Amino acid sequence: MAVETKARKFLNNPADLVAESLAGLAAAHPDLLRYDAAAKIVVNKGAPKQGKVALISGGGSGHEPLHGGFVGIGMLDAACPGEVFTSPVPDQMLAATKAVDGGAGVVHIVKNYTGDVLNFKMAAEDAADDGIKVTSIVIDDDVAVQDSLYTAGRRGVGATVLAEKIAGAAAAGGADLATVSDTVKRVNERARSFGVALSSCIPPASGKPIFDLPEGQVELGIGIHGEPGRRRESLGSASDVVDVMVEAVLSDLKPAKGARLLAFVNGMGGTPLIELYLLYHEVDRKLRAAGLEPVRNLIGSYITSLEMAGASLTVLELDDELIRLWDAPVHTPALRWGI
Amino acid sequence: MDAATITSWMREIETSVRSERDYLVQLDAAIGDGDHGTNMVRGFEAVVQALDGEAAAPPGRLLILAGRTLVSTVGGASGPLWGSALRSGGRVLGDQPTFEGGQLVEVLAAALASVKDLGAAVVGDKTMVDALEPAVDTLRTELAASAPLATALGEAAEAAETGMRATVPLQARKGRASYLGERSIGHQDPGATSTALIIRALQRAVSAAG
Repeated sequence: MAVETKARKFLNNPADLVAESLAGLAAAHPDLLRYDAAAKIVVNKGAPKQGKVALISGGGSGHEPLHGGFVGIGMLDAACPGEVFTSPVPDQMLAATKAVDGGAGVVHIVKNYTGDVLNFKMAAEDAADDGIKVTSIVIDDDVAVQDSLYTAGRRGVGATVLAEKIAGAAAAGGADLATVSDTVKRVNERARSFGVALSSCIPPASGKPIFDLPEGQVELGIGIHGEPGRRRESLGSASDVVDVMVEAVLSDLKPAKGARLLAFVNGMGGTPLIELYLLYHEVDRKLRAAGLEPVRNLIGSYITSLEMAGASLTVLELDDELIRLWDAPVHTPALRWGI
Repeated sequence: MDAATITSWMREIETSVRSERDYLVQLDAAIGDGDHGTNMVRGFEAVVQALDGEAAAPPGRLLILAGRTLVSTVGGASGPLWGSALRSGGRVLGDQPTFEGGQLVEVLAAALASVKDLGAAVVGDKTMVDALEPAVDTLRTELAASAPLATALGEAAEAAETGMRATVPLQARKGRASYLGERSIGHQDPGATSTALIIRALQRAVSAAG
């Protein structure tokens, strides 16, 4: 049968993309996770673990490896992937919550988008009706959005990855529900992000770019769903772009002189690692020039926007406890160290 | 009006969002993320399917089932919002086998209240409330002035469409479009647009039966 294939994408039927990709994730990592196709959730092979607080996240697909690629040892117990750029539905979160609850409670890590917040809220209410203790923590680290009465609030972006890793380590170490929830909150409060794009992404269902960005232009303050940014400029040097990113993040975070930082340079999906390291070079220099100490880092494409060319910078202000949890062993499809 | 009215309303919505899918996607791509049309079609196709086997159920139950189906299939913000709206509306009718125009107003008023409660939006925020609230108000006023139901619904659908068009010059204050700030001005809100389609579908369903 002839299938109409959209330009420059590997697809069978666009409608099957998410399910087929998750089936591939499970086939590649049977030691870490399984994909429940009926419930549309990715579940940690070791879950439920009696007495351990479980961590769940979810959101629209198209941000891979977020969230399914972070299911494994020392990170998430389950992921609920929606359609591309569409929040998952409460049935998925409820099924995931039931699948991973080990009696110590379940933490929902929710990125601040109206759809995600509403669907997770309904799921948490249903789980409570079933007698499962659930806390929901909303991540909103994107300084490109003004948090005011006139917006839906800041978006959840890069800090989500850091919160999943750090809180996952806390849960693996035996912390209780209140402590794990507090750890997620602490990461969110101490992290800020800012993203830029050099091209739009192309959602597979429409096959068309979401916004039109002429060559030589940079879109500043983009989100991870192809939402256009707040302003557009002609593209200067990488150093100029990093100046904008660092200034946006630091002016909001206001870290103390000498603060120890985790600097996370994230690719949006269409920017190669060679450029991400170039960006990190600039970030590292500028943070040090500002009297700050980048003592940990993460460089790579971890929270993406399909094939968008672009990058985001997330800065997390660390302390001894957060450093210890960041360094703790993790083994997931997308992040692995210490084991 | 009875259960058949609800079934036919849901079928009319499904036909309408399907034929306007690309338009809704296009509106959403300008100030959102371009999935509104696809999500609404997926949801209402599932609703029509779910209602197929429920010919004997009372109309309130059908609305609750439709709402639950939307919550389970749509995702995004529209799933919980329209899902809760139809469930709240359905609860107004309880298990009664038929309903009159006055109760239809109460169904839509309960739907509106639930959307405003969950989404914390008011008229002027550039959301579906900008279409839904004037539709409910107009239907109530027209029926109070003893207009025939089909006429009153026609006026309500026009009020929804006027509210929809009035979103163009507004700056979004809720939902994903609010991230754009002033750049959301000049675009018609996709949620208000699908809401206007849903009210127009109700008018067609009731007129066809009438």
